[in-house]
Amino acid sequence: MTAQAPHTRIDATFQHLREQGRKALVAFITAGDPSLETSQAILNGLPQAGADIIELGMPFTDPMADGPAIQLASQRALAAGQTMQKTLDMVRRFRERDDKTPIVLMGYYNPVIAYGNERFLRDAVQAGVDGLIIVDLPPEEDDELCLPALEAGLNFIRLATPTTDDARLPKVLKNATGFLYYVSITGVTGTRAPQEAQVAASVARIRRQTDIPVCIGFGVKTPEQAARMAALGDGVVVGSALVSSIAQAVEEGRGHDAAISAVHALTGALAESVHAVRTRADAATTQAGTQE
Amino acid sequence: MNRQTPNTFTSQPDERGRFGAYGGRFVAETLMPLILELEQAYREAQADPAFQQELDDFLKHYVGRPSPLYFAERLTEHLGGAKIYFKRDELNHTGAHKINNVLGQILLARRMGKKRIIAETGAGQHGVATATACARFGLECVVYMGEVDVERQQPNVFRMKLLGAEVIPVSSGSRTLKDALNEALRDWVANVEDTFYCIGTVAGPHPYPEMVRDFQAVIGREAKRQIMEAEGRLPDALVAAIGGGSNAMGLFHPFLDDEEVAMYGVEAAGRGLDTGEHAASITGGRPGVLHGNRTYLLMDEEGQITEAHSISAGLDYPGIGPEHAWLNDIGRVNYVAATDEEALEAFQLCSRLEGIIPALEPSHALAQVMKMAPGMSSEQIIIMNMCGRGDKDIFTVARHLGVEL
Repeated sequence: MTAQAPHTRIDATFQHLREQGRKALVAFITAGDPSLETSQAILNGLPQAGADIIELGMPFTDPMADGPAIQLASQRALAAGQTMQKTLDMVRRFRERDDKTPIVLMGYYNPVIAYGNERFLRDAVQAGVDGLIIVDLPPEEDDELCLPALEAGLNFIRLATPTTDDARLPKVLKNATGFLYYVSITGVTGTRAPQEAQVAASVARIRRQTDIPVCIGFGVKTPEQAARMAALGDGVVVGSALVSSIAQAVEEGRGHDAAISAVHALTGALAESVHAVRTRADAATTQAGTQE
Repeated sequence: MNRQTPNTFTSQPDERGRFGAYGGRFVAETLMPLILELEQAYREAQADPAFQQELDDFLKHYVGRPSPLYFAERLTEHLGGAKIYFKRDELNHTGAHKINNVLGQILLARRMGKKRIIAETGAGQHGVATATACARFGLECVVYMGEVDVERQQPNVFRMKLLGAEVIPVSSGSRTLKDALNEALRDWVANVEDTFYCIGTVAGPHPYPEMVRDFQAVIGREAKRQIMEAEGRLPDALVAAIGGGSNAMGLFHPFLDDEEVAMYGVEAAGRGLDTGEHAASITGGRPGVLHGNRTYLLMDEEGQITEAHSISAGLDYPGIGPEHAWLNDIGRVNYVAATDEEALEAFQLCSRLEGIIPALEPSHALAQVMKMAPGMSSEQIIIMNMCGRGDKDIFTVARHLGVEL
């Protein structure tokens, strides 16, 4: 490994979960959806609702790896006037009340470039961001932001997909820190459902090459699915289903308070299901008992 | 900005797909193995003389190449300056230069054993060319097209359907070409095994900008040979319209190392550069990353992509091929712009003086020719790429001229 892996809230969270033999629920929402104020309230309440890690989407007009639910969330946020500055401010305000729950900013590269790469990394660290997922920055473009981000003390979360074969996997893992995001389907977020057997085989394949935690996402919608996927990895990511619950409340004219309770209720149901999955004892003992 | 002059302008891109600072492979991990596979297949095809031979054969007998290099005598007289030649790619099968690239990619897809072809289209010309080649080779064809474009380009939608393609209207985002491209990329990541993505311009992740340029460079190679036959010397200037920039790159590339040849890429200034309603990525945008490559883009302060506007649906794209971005920065090509009004005027002039109804895309190039030719001497030569015919545009033009059809 070339870069020194920084010790972030993400690392601490997985260590803690491992010690307890639990799996992580990673909850995704889009910053500023459906409005700044509501989105802040949603964000602030996610840990209590049961989210172990929060992925906060930086809205973009052209989210080419996302399905319709997350693209619409981006459009709602942008229509409400969301900016990168506001997204970082949301993290800052969240940190005033929660210094433990990791936040990963997820999005596309162009809004970062527009904000300025150096300025972005500096402000993200200052705001209390722990990691980044930049969908359109594969390992081939690591010089752009991945290496500077690691240097700045942030985790750079890599995506591995069903098309990432054994020959390519080392390249994907080389500068991966925090956790590995296993994309359980070939396709965009929130569309087809993952095939359990295929995911299990792929995660086993990945485990042979790395010790970093593996979280499984794309296409996970229900608490039952989440539990099945969580059992196969160290955590599960749910996004489209959560932002759809926001959309539904807004569309039905039930108001922003209803959106907040809807997304927190679904997070609670997902968390209950995911947290009921226990790590097998033998796996727990081999991984527990490392440094504090 | 790097103004250092390289020894040759034709050695780009590098192995990372970079043209200077531009280009690259900015795609999600799901697509990465696919574009690496494509690159390898393309390298193998390049090294195989049988591939080029097959392509040449189809270009000759199916497309009708070489396209003529035509001396536009009356236009030359009218403008009273440089001699004006048209490279007549509007005479190709399907009526535009798009088919040159499509045939190359479809033959490559066949080599790779892909059975299903997807494409994005704006005005519908690339979609029609793709549907045509798929019909010829018996391949399944799916074309993504923004809902807005489907509505304003009904004749081309019907053409594609006649050719057996499935046209999927895209309702996401701004419902135009950029969203069609997003949707095609989404299809590709969901159908990785059997699907080949046939991109219509010199943009996208590496190797597309290089590969599409190579397939379109037949335009410039022919033009070079033809002007030597006609005039015994190279032209003083090349002029071509630019949306994504494939017809311009095809004409320019074989001339890049001929220093005496000036080049003009003409972007669409729409209702005027100062109105914000244009499609001029270089003259009115700034560098960023979209659709797999770093290039000049139309965007707001926040890096959100803004909508392009042009009377010509084929130029209506908020980006430009990365090689153009590089050629701009090193100063090898001049990037200028023509408005909707200027293009309309050129459209009408060419129809009346030469008996050629040009597409609205090359009408932008012609508007630039009209600006520069009168100031040049009668000894000087301009080659303009007549990259498409105007039949598809007569409804748009009629509407703008207040004529009811």
